[in-house]
Amino acid sequence: MSQPYSLKLAAAAGPRATTLGVGLLLALLMLLPLGHALFPEGHALHVSAYTLTLTGKILCYAIVALAMDLVWGYTGLLSLGHGLFFALGGYGMGMYLMRQIGRDGNYQSDLPDFMVFLDWKELPWFWQGSEHFVWALLVIVLVPGLLALVFGWLAFRSRIKGVYFSIMTQALTFAAMLLFFRNETGFGGNNGFTDFKRILGFGIAEPATRAVLFAATVLLLALALWGARWLVLSKFGRILTAIRDAESRLMFCGYNPLYYKLAIWVLSAVLCALAGALYVPQVGIINPSEMSPGNSIEIAIWVALGGRGTLIGPVLGAAIVNGAKSWFTVAFPEYWLFFLGFLFIAATLLLPNGVLGLLRKKGAQ
Amino acid sequence: MLAASTPTSQRENWDGEAHGLAHPVDGQLDTRHGAILYLDDVTVSFDGFRALNKLTLDIGVGELRCIIGPNGAGKTTMMDVITGKTRPDSGSVFFGQTIDLTRHTEPEIAQLGIGRKFQKPTVFEAMSVHDNLALALAGNKSVWASLRSRLSGAQRDRIGELLATIRLTDHYQRPAGLLSHGQKQWLEIGMLLAQEPQLLLLDEPVAGMTDAETEKTAELLLTLKGQHSLMVVEHDMDFVGSIAQKVTVLAEGSVLAEGSLAQVQANERVIEVYLGR
Repeated sequence: MSQPYSLKLAAAAGPRATTLGVGLLLALLMLLPLGHALFPEGHALHVSAYTLTLTGKILCYAIVALAMDLVWGYTGLLSLGHGLFFALGGYGMGMYLMRQIGRDGNYQSDLPDFMVFLDWKELPWFWQGSEHFVWALLVIVLVPGLLALVFGWLAFRSRIKGVYFSIMTQALTFAAMLLFFRNETGFGGNNGFTDFKRILGFGIAEPATRAVLFAATVLLLALALWGARWLVLSKFGRILTAIRDAESRLMFCGYNPLYYKLAIWVLSAVLCALAGALYVPQVGIINPSEMSPGNSIEIAIWVALGGRGTLIGPVLGAAIVNGAKSWFTVAFPEYWLFFLGFLFIAATLLLPNGVLGLLRKKGAQ
Repeated sequence: MLAASTPTSQRENWDGEAHGLAHPVDGQLDTRHGAILYLDDVTVSFDGFRALNKLTLDIGVGELRCIIGPNGAGKTTMMDVITGKTRPDSGSVFFGQTIDLTRHTEPEIAQLGIGRKFQKPTVFEAMSVHDNLALALAGNKSVWASLRSRLSGAQRDRIGELLATIRLTDHYQRPAGLLSHGQKQWLEIGMLLAQEPQLLLLDEPVAGMTDAETEKTAELLLTLKGQHSLMVVEHDMDFVGSIAQKVTVLAEGSVLAEGSLAQVQANERVIEVYLGR
C-alpha cells in the first residue's frame, strides 16, 4: 500500500524544515542572476550566460513537473500531453517576440521573416494584437486554458480514465505537433520562431534582461510551490486524492468529480503555459518538436523519478534528469535515450516513491 | 414524521429545479404515502441478459429491509439503478413521491439523501479516519466551497459522535488503509451516516467480519432503523435473521418472495432457487 500522503507531508522532517530548506534554495538561486548581471566576464563571481540559461531552462521544466504532479500525483490523471500546454504558452510568447523584432529581421519587413519567405502580404487574423505584451499574456493564459477546459470537459464528462485518458492526451499533443509543422498554419512551420531581438524593448541577450527573466522564473516556481502546497493541504486537495484513490466512493458522497478534475486540469495547463512563456525568451527558440510525444512522456519521468504526490519531488526530478541530460548529451550524445529509459526503469523498480521517498526514508532512520 | 425531522443541509445545493425536475417541497422529501423508495416494473439488460426483469419493490419510511437472493439475482444491479450508476431500460424509480431517480446523476442522488455502501469496503485509504468522515459530512460540495472549507465546531462534534458510533474513536488519526477489514466496513458505514441520508443501501455490510463484529453491526443497524430507512443485501442468514422483520428474495431480476425470514425460508420456490432443483 502506498504511504498516506497527508501523513507523508506532515512527517517530512517537519514541514517547517522543508519549507525553510526550499525557501533557502530559491533565495540562493536568486544569487545567480545577480552574479550574471553585476560582475563582468572574467570576474571570479561572474555567472556565465550558459549557466544562467541552462539553470533557467531547468527551472521552467521544474514548474512543468510541479503542474504535472498536481494532475498525476494527486489526482491520478496521467497526462502524456502536458508538453502541448508548455509549447502553446511558448508560442504565445514567441509571437510577441517575433513582432518585437520589427524591421530588424533578414528581410527588413514589418512581417516576421517566415511570412515574407512564404510570400504572405499581411498578418493573418490570429496574429492581430500580438505586438502588445498584455495581449501576449492573455493569449499565453487563455489559449492553453481554454483548450484544456474543452478537452477536459469532453474527456471527464465521458468518464474517460486511466490509460485511455493518457492515450488521448498523447494523441492531442501529436496532432497539434503535426498541425504546427505545416507552414500554412502560420507559426513558422518546422523552424518555429527564433532570432528574437527584444522583449519589452530591452535587448533579449542583455545580461540585465537575462537576469530579470531568470528571477521571474524563480519567482513563478516559488509562487507555484506555495500555491500548490496550500491547495493540496486544503479540503480541495483531499478531494483530489479521493478522486485518485476511490472515485466512485467520492461520487456517492455527493461530490461531482467532473468539476474538481476540470479545475485542477485547467490550472495545471495554465501553469505549464506560463513556464513555456518564460522558457522561450531564455532559450531563444520554440518549434513544434516541443509538442512531440516523447517530450510529454519525459515530463512524466521527471515526476515519477522525483516522487509522485510530493510537490518537491517532481521539482527535484526535473532538475536531476535535465542536469544529467545536459551533461550526458555532451559526453555521450548517442546514449542519452538509453540512459533516460534506464532512469525510468530504475525509478519504477527501485524507487516507487521517487528520490524524495528515498530521502525521507533515510531521514526517518 | 421522520423525514421531516431529518436535517436538509445536504440538499441545499441541489439545482434540480433548473432542469425542470421534481424536487423536494421546502427541502423535505414527500413521503406522504409511507414509502421512501418505489421501484416499478424496472428492467435492465446487458447485451440481452436481463439483470433486472420487471422488478417492483417498495421500502417504507424507517423500515429495515433485507434483500437476499442467489448470485446473479440482480441485487447489485438494483442498487446501481437506485444510485444512478445504471440507467434502467424501462420502469420507474422514485424517491419519495416526487423525485424520479432515473433523471439524476450519482452525486445528485447522494445529495438528495441516499447513501450507499459498496460490497467491497471502499474508503479513502490514504486519508486518516477523521479526514474520511470529514469529507463525507453533509454540506456544500462544490469546488469553490472546498477551497474555503473549515470544519465548524458542530461538525467536529458530529465527527466525534460518528467515531463513537462506529467504535473508531481510538483510531481517528490512523490512515484508513491500515484498518482491519471489519473496521473499514464500519468506517464506510460511518461515512454514509455523515452524509445524513434518509435511505441507506448496504451491500453485504458484514462480509469478512468476525462473529463479534457482525453482532455489533447488527446492533448498530437496529439503532439506525426508524431514524433512517435501510436496505441491506446480505448472504449471511444468521445476520439477516437477527435484524430483519421483512425479507425480499430476488431471483433472475425480479421478486420471488417477500415476508418474514421464516416465511420465505419455508417457501417452495425459494428453496428451489437456492438449492438449484
